[in-house]
Amino acid sequence: MAERVLRAWRGDRSGGRFEDYTVEADPGMVVLDLVHRAQAGPAPDLACRWNCKAGKCGSCSMEINGRPRLACMTRVGDFAPDEPIVVQPLKAFPIIRDLVTDVRWNYQQNKRIAPFTPGPAPADGNYRMSQTDVDRVQEFRKCIECFLCQDTCHVIRDHDKKADFVGPRFMIRLASLDMHPLDTVDRIPAVRDSYGSGYCNITRCCTEVCPEHIGITDNAIIPLKERVVSRFYDPIAMAIRAFFGTKSEPGKRPMAAPQTKVP
Amino acid sequence: MGAIDVSEIQTFVHDVVVIGAGGAGLRAAVAAAEEGLDVGVVCKSLLGKAHTVMAEGGAAAALGNADPRDNWKIHFRDTMRGGKFLNQWRMAELHAQQAPDRIRELEAWGAVFDRTADGRINQRNFGGHRYPRLAHVGDRTGLEMIRTLQDKAVHTAGVAVHMECTALRLLLDKGRVAGILAYWRDSGRFVLFKCKAVIMATGGFGRAWRVTSNSWEYTGDGQAMAYEAGAELMDVEFTQFHPTGMVWPPSVAGVLVTEGVRGEGGILTNNRGERFMFNYIPEKFAKETADTVEEGERWLDGDKTARRPPELLTRDVVARAIAAEVAAGRGSPHGGAFLDIASRRPAEVIKKKLPSMYHQFKELAEVDITKEAMEVGPTLHYAMGGIRVDHDTQMTRVPGLFAAGECGAGLHGANRLGGNSLSDLLVFGRLAGLGAASYIATVGDLEVSSDDVVAGIRKATAPLNRESGPNPYVVHDGLRDVMGRHVNIWRTREGLEKGLVEIARLQGVVGTVKAHGTSQFNPAWSEALDLPNLLLCAEMVARGALLREESRGAHSREDFQGERDEWGSRNIVIRKGADGAMETEVLERTAGPDGLAGIANASLEDLEGNRG
Repeated sequence: MAERVLRAWRGDRSGGRFEDYTVEADPGMVVLDLVHRAQAGPAPDLACRWNCKAGKCGSCSMEINGRPRLACMTRVGDFAPDEPIVVQPLKAFPIIRDLVTDVRWNYQQNKRIAPFTPGPAPADGNYRMSQTDVDRVQEFRKCIECFLCQDTCHVIRDHDKKADFVGPRFMIRLASLDMHPLDTVDRIPAVRDSYGSGYCNITRCCTEVCPEHIGITDNAIIPLKERVVSRFYDPIAMAIRAFFGTKSEPGKRPMAAPQTKVP
Repeated sequence: MGAIDVSEIQTFVHDVVVIGAGGAGLRAAVAAAEEGLDVGVVCKSLLGKAHTVMAEGGAAAALGNADPRDNWKIHFRDTMRGGKFLNQWRMAELHAQQAPDRIRELEAWGAVFDRTADGRINQRNFGGHRYPRLAHVGDRTGLEMIRTLQDKAVHTAGVAVHMECTALRLLLDKGRVAGILAYWRDSGRFVLFKCKAVIMATGGFGRAWRVTSNSWEYTGDGQAMAYEAGAELMDVEFTQFHPTGMVWPPSVAGVLVTEGVRGEGGILTNNRGERFMFNYIPEKFAKETADTVEEGERWLDGDKTARRPPELLTRDVVARAIAAEVAAGRGSPHGGAFLDIASRRPAEVIKKKLPSMYHQFKELAEVDITKEAMEVGPTLHYAMGGIRVDHDTQMTRVPGLFAAGECGAGLHGANRLGGNSLSDLLVFGRLAGLGAASYIATVGDLEVSSDDVVAGIRKATAPLNRESGPNPYVVHDGLRDVMGRHVNIWRTREGLEKGLVEIARLQGVVGTVKAHGTSQFNPAWSEALDLPNLLLCAEMVARGALLREESRGAHSREDFQGERDEWGSRNIVIRKGADGAMETEVLERTAGPDGLAGIANASLEDLEGNRG
């Protein structure tokens, strides 16, 4: 078995430094395995979040050799044999200890977004939506809240505009609500005014780091920006809305229940 | 350590505290808050990371969308038969009856399930379920459920979530629940929650085994706290080995491969290319299972007269079959069986219905499941047994202590059907929330004893304050060895007795472990604090398994093969005896109420189309 060097950032808000740990690496191992090996040996108190170890919960987000990634889905074999594996905490959030950061800000953003609010259910109790209409919503709901997109977004990471922009993760949350066939709330004014859609200048860094391969920029943020533009800056669309209201906009098309009774 | 001033400890006051923020905990919290209670949710991880996210296949509910012949009675019958009739009748009834409403309610809260052609919630086939019954979202149903419940909970007035906070012990006032002691993982500071009811929703204890689908959180904390407080546990010997975990590479051994692969038509073969499940059909299920490959193929093509292929037998049967094939030298190169969906469905269907399996294998094992077969083998997945509760209110025999979800017992009997866990969380999570609300209405003022709090803090800080001692990770590894060797899929008296001796030895060692470092987000310290819980659960499993001299459901004794009639009417109950030692009791079951027993034993023809 090969030996690998795990170079882990150790410290807290007051400061810290990188420490090297030499650990055994078996074939097929991921970076999280190296962290666990270090914990079981030379660094028992190395702080690191993790849960599922299968890319499904989004807990073990960190920066690995300079890139925001999930430690459980990053294979050690992807790095050259003599290259140290460098792990450090997400840069966009305050450090708690070692590889663990304070991500509570993200949870506060979710709380600010008006929740899903469907219209009344049909008489038989079964809402109806076609699969094609929910496909695009389901893409956004694949999000595992690893916050790697939040970490890489330069509005948050470099400019610290946390008070002005909710970040890519919550832009897709907003898109999933906006495109949900059953939802009745109009969040478009808030997308511009409260959630800061104008801050994103479409560099697609968030899309690149998404472990779920969600088309964050193209499928969520750009359509939301277009909705904002047509709402506030397109005179023809504004005139149509004056007559028909905002509810008739695309993306709000629940299927009607069939007239015949379901057997 | 000097004197501890309890009045200086940070204190929260809630009506009810829910421990655990998975599906059951969040559903319980919403139910209690909607009854007007002030609810605190305490969870070890960040919100939304609980083990429920790992559930893949779906939530079982007899909606009858995909096959109108389905109804609650058939779901009830399937659940009882799957559980080998050790399930609590009333819980199986409540579950089957209420699951459809819980699923529809989840949709009204924002869950986006896959659809049928006419736009309703689609349902898929799963082991042991007569009809396509699992509401699902590709193979990430658990994520959909937890995100929906998370959003619902944070937008429900009266719910406060305390993340990354670990509960240490229950605090009682004259035998009634009065609060809990916990600590913040980030700072290591202790925190007191005063409340009138506690709902345990802490999941299972799979971390006692090496090959498991469970995350680090699954250390049996709720079971252990309930036991110490005087509650009873039941059916703990039944630990489910999911037949399909990954076996290669070693670093991911045990990671779950959803039963949905077989639900979508996947087949199991050995190294000779044989579909071996046809050789393992139990007598009891023979009438309802295809006995030729040809009939299995017709079923896959949608022929409603064809019977289900044997790959969809219950998990206990499939797990033992794979283990037997491997033992007979017919296993795959890395000691499992082949699970093939590539030759059964087009690549685009596989990617659409099983996207996370596709990524999981591609990224972790360099296997393209649309082109080649997966290698799979049994992995410890689920605890059927747990805290014994009243069937309707979910209250334990400790007043004010409730339990729901995996840490509770009663619904699943000797073996859980896939998909019944997600619906269990919803049905019994809600009932526990309602149960807590009606209990609280009867409770006056309570007091927390300072002595209990101080004792809890002293015990918790001991691993940090010790000068030296064994490494807790090494002790944990020792336990995994013991369970793998002696309390695994096949069990014997000799092995279980040795296992109990080893567990007792480790219980001695765990009181001497040293956690190096400070109390701030220190994984070694959490390990030291969780380990006694895990060891207690391991002991319960071994004691129950030793007592049950038969093979039934997920419990298999090499020295007592096959079901024994006398054990078919017995549940094993475990509690802390007056002398502090673990006490077991064999409980004779009462016969099922006439109506329910009739349904459980009825022919399918009698139940189909009967939507009563």
